[in-house]
Amino acid sequence: MDIWSTVFSFQDYGELLVLVRNSILAGAVLGIVGGLIGPFVVARNMPFAVHGISELSFAGASASLLLGVNVVTGSLVGSVLAALLIGVLGSRARDRNSVIAVLMPFGLGLGILCLALYKGRAANKFGLLTGQIVAVDNPQLGFLVVIAAVVVITLLVVWRPLMFASVDPDVAAAAGIPVRTLGLAFMLVLGLATAVSVQIVGALLVLSLLVTPAAAALRVTVNPLLVPVLSVVFAVTSVVGGILLALGGGLPISPYVTTISFAIWLVCRIVGGRRERRGGTRGRSEAARVPLPTASA
Amino acid sequence: METSGDRRGGDVLRLRAAGLSYGARTLWSGLDLDVAPGEFVAVLGPNGAGKTSLLRTVLGQQRLTSGTMSFLGQPVRRGHRRIGYIPQQRLMESGTPLRARDMIAQGVTGHRWGLRPERRAERERIERIIDEVGATAFADAPVAELSGGEQQRTRVGQAIAADPALLLCDEPLISLDLRHQRGVTELIDRQRRQQGAAVLFVTHDVNPILDVVDRVLYIAGGRFRIGAPDEVLRADVLSDLYGTPVDVVRTLGRIVIVGSNEAHDTTGGGHHHCEPDPHATTPGEGRL
Repeated sequence: MDIWSTVFSFQDYGELLVLVRNSILAGAVLGIVGGLIGPFVVARNMPFAVHGISELSFAGASASLLLGVNVVTGSLVGSVLAALLIGVLGSRARDRNSVIAVLMPFGLGLGILCLALYKGRAANKFGLLTGQIVAVDNPQLGFLVVIAAVVVITLLVVWRPLMFASVDPDVAAAAGIPVRTLGLAFMLVLGLATAVSVQIVGALLVLSLLVTPAAAALRVTVNPLLVPVLSVVFAVTSVVGGILLALGGGLPISPYVTTISFAIWLVCRIVGGRRERRGGTRGRSEAARVPLPTASA
Repeated sequence: METSGDRRGGDVLRLRAAGLSYGARTLWSGLDLDVAPGEFVAVLGPNGAGKTSLLRTVLGQQRLTSGTMSFLGQPVRRGHRRIGYIPQQRLMESGTPLRARDMIAQGVTGHRWGLRPERRAERERIERIIDEVGATAFADAPVAELSGGEQQRTRVGQAIAADPALLLCDEPLISLDLRHQRGVTELIDRQRRQQGAAVLFVTHDVNPILDVVDRVLYIAGGRFRIGAPDEVLRADVLSDLYGTPVDVVRTLGRIVIVGSNEAHDTTGGGHHHCEPDPHATTPGEGRL
């Protein structure tokens, strides 16, 4: 079957694997980034913001393609600028959504303009939107790893206060947590994470990396330790699995990544739904004050 | 763990000639208020009188237009570890990655940078508080699945977990049934009796907390009265405050404040039918 061998092909797989070693490493790093930032994106109700940021990241990347400068730098500038704009102009959810809705088409339009003017290879153009296995060279990989490290370390340092500020901003502010500053710091980090994700899955499909794994994890648990761990496992599985499957065929990587990501979410939804039907995660004993023996005095 | 000894000395909260205005509109001014450790002060008044704004000034989220305010002898700043804040009950969205116990834990470690796990003493404290607020049965349930009463118990636990010197409560009993109103009130009352936390409790209905209130701060029409409930919740006092006839009816152990509709209506004039003041205590809520 012709189409089958286009979608799945494992000829000369060993040799290919060596060639794309860097891509697989980059994919794993992105999986960690997406998996860790995802729970905050969901808790802060920001999936739409991720989509908006990725379109401006696309604009930045295509502008740099046209100008002949580093594409990663371009997409970084675009997404960080977009993230900060959204953070500053849209501190309330309703404002934020309109700001994003205004920025997003502008970004896309700008990107399309730059691509139309660009005379280079068409594959490059398409890749920015839908992802590709770019042969990631060593300096590029280094660049990605450094940005990913900045994102991951920042998230780990602010984890507790940021989670507090995300789910309960009023109470967190009362406890002296700098809610607004944390919000802007988060947008900055989200901009960086989006920019690096655009490199692999493309601007249109960033959500599958930054939101779907966390959303899947949240279907099966709310344990604050388990959610990020599962989310990272799901994201890394999606990206690395997607790259491995995409290797043989001539297709872009993104359909593989998004399909795996979606399948995981589907399974989690079914598992989570089944558990809810069994009576939830708890026995419904409204305000029952069962004095369980406790070790503490 | 911080001890409660440091607050025995003076007042927890001290306001001197404090005033708050929005443009030309003065919410209140010339407010002198000292709240002692363990004291329970109810803040009453119609909507828009500036009750919640008072809490916001204590939290440093709003600046006084005049006068001064100090918390534990220091000028107020933006938020404080020794202030526990209990907001209105609101539904938590499903997908909030927290269980009831994690919300209580936020009161202990939620402000902390880095990933260092909780110390043993902190874990024990969290368990003790879960037990204290009666959250044992639902400690591992997602917060989005909690009932209103369970959620407010959890919020009280979160607020008292940091051993606060002051508990700020902003309508914490709203939309709870009578049983849970009583339960949550008991928890707050116990905290101030046992740990000496002062309580500033904003409410539109004084009845659920009538048994535990030491003093009432009644704000209306830019003016206020402070005193024991029996000194303030009287027909003559409130009529003077509103500048229009107001009656205070005591029935079935409840206080109902009845006024003409225009009592705090700046437009004035119009019809003069009597009906229960919607901003005060509403009659007929259960208690059969």
